[in-house]
Amino acid sequence: MSVSRTFVLGAAGAVTLVVASVGLTGLGLWGDLPPQIQQQLAPELSARIGTVIAVVVMGCAGAVAGLHALFRGYVGAAGKLVEEAELMLTANPDHRASLGGAPEIAALGALINRMADERQSLRRDVEAKILEAKTSVEEEKNRLAALMSELTQSVVVCNLDGRILLYNNRARLQFRALGEGGGKGSVPIGLGRSIFTVFERGLIAHALENIQHRLKREGSQPLANFVTTTRSGQLLRVQMAPVLTGQEGAARTVSGYVLLLDNITREFETEGRRDRLMQSLTEGSRASLGNLRAAVEMMCDYPDMEARERERFAAIMRDEVGAMSKRLDQAAAEFTDAVKIRWPLEDVLAMDLVQAAQRRVEARLELPTKTEEIEEELWLRVDSFSILQAVTYLCSRIKEDLEAREVRFRAEAQNRRVALDIIWSGVPVSSETLLGWELDPMNVGSEASPLTLRDVVDRHDGEFWAQRETTKHRQYFRLLLPMAHPQEAIDQQAMLHGADSRPEYYDFDLFRSRDAHSELDEMPLADLTYTVFDTETTGLKPSEGDEIIQIGAVRIVNGRVLRQESFEQLVDPKRTLTHESIQIHGITQEMIKDQPTIDRVLPEFHTFCEETVLVAHNAAFDMRFLQIKEGPTGVCFDHPVLDTLLLSAVLHPNQDAHKLEAIAERMGVHIVGRHNAMGDAIVTAEVFQRMIPLLAAAGIHTLGEARAASEKTYYARVKY
Amino acid sequence: MPKKVLIVDDEPNIVISIEFLMKREGFATVVAHDGEAALEKVAAERPDLVLLDVMMPRRNGYEVCQMLRANPDYAGLRIIMLTAKGRETEVAKGLALGADAYMTKPFATKDLVAQVRKLLDPAA
Repeated sequence: MSVSRTFVLGAAGAVTLVVASVGLTGLGLWGDLPPQIQQQLAPELSARIGTVIAVVVMGCAGAVAGLHALFRGYVGAAGKLVEEAELMLTANPDHRASLGGAPEIAALGALINRMADERQSLRRDVEAKILEAKTSVEEEKNRLAALMSELTQSVVVCNLDGRILLYNNRARLQFRALGEGGGKGSVPIGLGRSIFTVFERGLIAHALENIQHRLKREGSQPLANFVTTTRSGQLLRVQMAPVLTGQEGAARTVSGYVLLLDNITREFETEGRRDRLMQSLTEGSRASLGNLRAAVEMMCDYPDMEARERERFAAIMRDEVGAMSKRLDQAAAEFTDAVKIRWPLEDVLAMDLVQAAQRRVEARLELPTKTEEIEEELWLRVDSFSILQAVTYLCSRIKEDLEAREVRFRAEAQNRRVALDIIWSGVPVSSETLLGWELDPMNVGSEASPLTLRDVVDRHDGEFWAQRETTKHRQYFRLLLPMAHPQEAIDQQAMLHGADSRPEYYDFDLFRSRDAHSELDEMPLADLTYTVFDTETTGLKPSEGDEIIQIGAVRIVNGRVLRQESFEQLVDPKRTLTHESIQIHGITQEMIKDQPTIDRVLPEFHTFCEETVLVAHNAAFDMRFLQIKEGPTGVCFDHPVLDTLLLSAVLHPNQDAHKLEAIAERMGVHIVGRHNAMGDAIVTAEVFQRMIPLLAAAGIHTLGEARAASEKTYYARVKY
Repeated sequence: MPKKVLIVDDEPNIVISIEFLMKREGFATVVAHDGEAALEKVAAERPDLVLLDVMMPRRNGYEVCQMLRANPDYAGLRIIMLTAKGRETEVAKGLALGADAYMTKPFATKDLVAQVRKLLDPAA
């Protein structure tokens, strides 16, 4: 009810009350009088009734006027104040209340104005602070990103789930070079992708474990080094550093890690050649020199020898001198400017290594372990992962071939080396068996290693053998490994220059670790990673022999279309293209001539799609082509699929046109290079990205909801 | 009766010299050119000392050494390993597996004779 209406009703009520009470009093008094008096008074009263009414009306008017003034001063002013306060609170924080009405109301208004002033200045402060913080964060991010892009070393940053949060251009190039298929799109690296497609999970877990150990130990660098071979046989040297969260001083936890990668395949080959050269020079020369020296000494020391014997020694000398000259020539010819490179070894406390070995042996082999004397503060310089593999492998052989029920470990210093012993009681090992163990690849259960025990030992410039401990009737393997002097400074150098260019290869929001167990269907659409793809084909009927001739795909990660993480590949369909189809896709016989066939492209595309949701326009069509190849290629596309055609029908059921062009126009997506698989994939990705908020507005938030809604639409019932 | 020395090496150029040396120093000599032959010669000839090369066909020197040491019949047999492999770890391995001495090529023939005499006649 409005203020004025309230006032009118109130005033009318008051007047009615006054008139009614005066009238009723008059009538009451009148009725009480005896009839003769009434008769006498009637003429008198009727002559004066006008005056009475006039007095009453005036009284009423006065009361209403007074009431009105009070009403304006208190109720009306309060109402206005409420409106103005409301305005200040919501629409216009700069507005201030006009100070009218009664003094109390005016004072209230002033108070509200003061509170508004204070609120506004507080808000300005906060906003300024937020802006400041934002700017500095942005600056830091840019600085880091620029720095990364300029590094000549490959850098990849991952969270604890192994998801890639950042990589630099160098890493991208390196991984592209590592790709096996050699196809244009073979990039196993990408934001949000799993690093475990490149590295063995156990290797990363082991390196992280080492880092955790080092973090607990004061003064040691929390870094881990390892060398690994990729599936394509390349040798990568990796340094891992932790990403720590939490304040300095307080307990800091590892929330991710940085990997610095070097491809050392070539250096390693050079090194191998150098090693062989060195070996042929030293050991080969030693033997020749030994023969030569013995022969010379015989001739000098026994001058009385017969002429026939003298001739034999001279022949030996000619022979050996000739062999040595030849060897030297060969070495000089083969000598190249070999870069000195060593397998990176890291310092490990013997106790830590033994404990890690015990955990591994007990967990993998279910073989009980014990320790004997292990010297304190005994450090080894080893590649701990391969040493642990070797120890596990030896223990598995001891258990299976020699039927030992327990192994014991001990470690002691021996000159400048550490002797690591694995002790068992039972059958002694024969030298044939040992030779087999030494030269077979170290396979333990399902875990296969390309290395042999000999490789690992050679890598450490070490030696190993089996020995009997006669006093205790037991055997042991002794591994002689290099000893380390701890706390040697770690060479830290990074080459940087120029800080202007920025990479587009980071997404720190991925640090928010995803719940690995939540079902995909429960995940919000905005949080999922998508592969949006399109295919060009020789025709419309895969069942009648039509084939894929081009695949184009881009990724959407954290709501961003990542154009640089794309897959684009022409495919040789092994059949002639029809004139009509060339008109549509513009791909000619010439273009597909030397392209790989589908059985090579699909596995690569499958890797590209790993752990994503597939999106395509009219997906059923493309999926049919992919699925019909599952048998011959052995790859199965069982990813969840979303179709922009169906989603468009969900969003705009009243529109007739759901062709990609029509949807793109409705969504305001600019179309480029249509009817090329890559162009269509990009348009579809842009369209799909714009659909996500619209779907949310329609109450469709998760993948499961989107799939259910798609299925319900009319188009879902159409069979392609 | 002269002490008997078994020379085991697959390189004739060293065998000729060592054989000549040992004979001139008053030892009886036997020669074997690989690991298997060495084991057979030890059993047949019962030498007092073996000069054992490491890198050989059909059982290397380490294996031969370990097998000889595993047989209690040969408890008094002396073994000197002669090799072109001079790494510390290999020396440690040879001695651990039961060699009495380890000489790296090229060695002085005088030293070899001294070492042989020392092992065969500790009193002298």
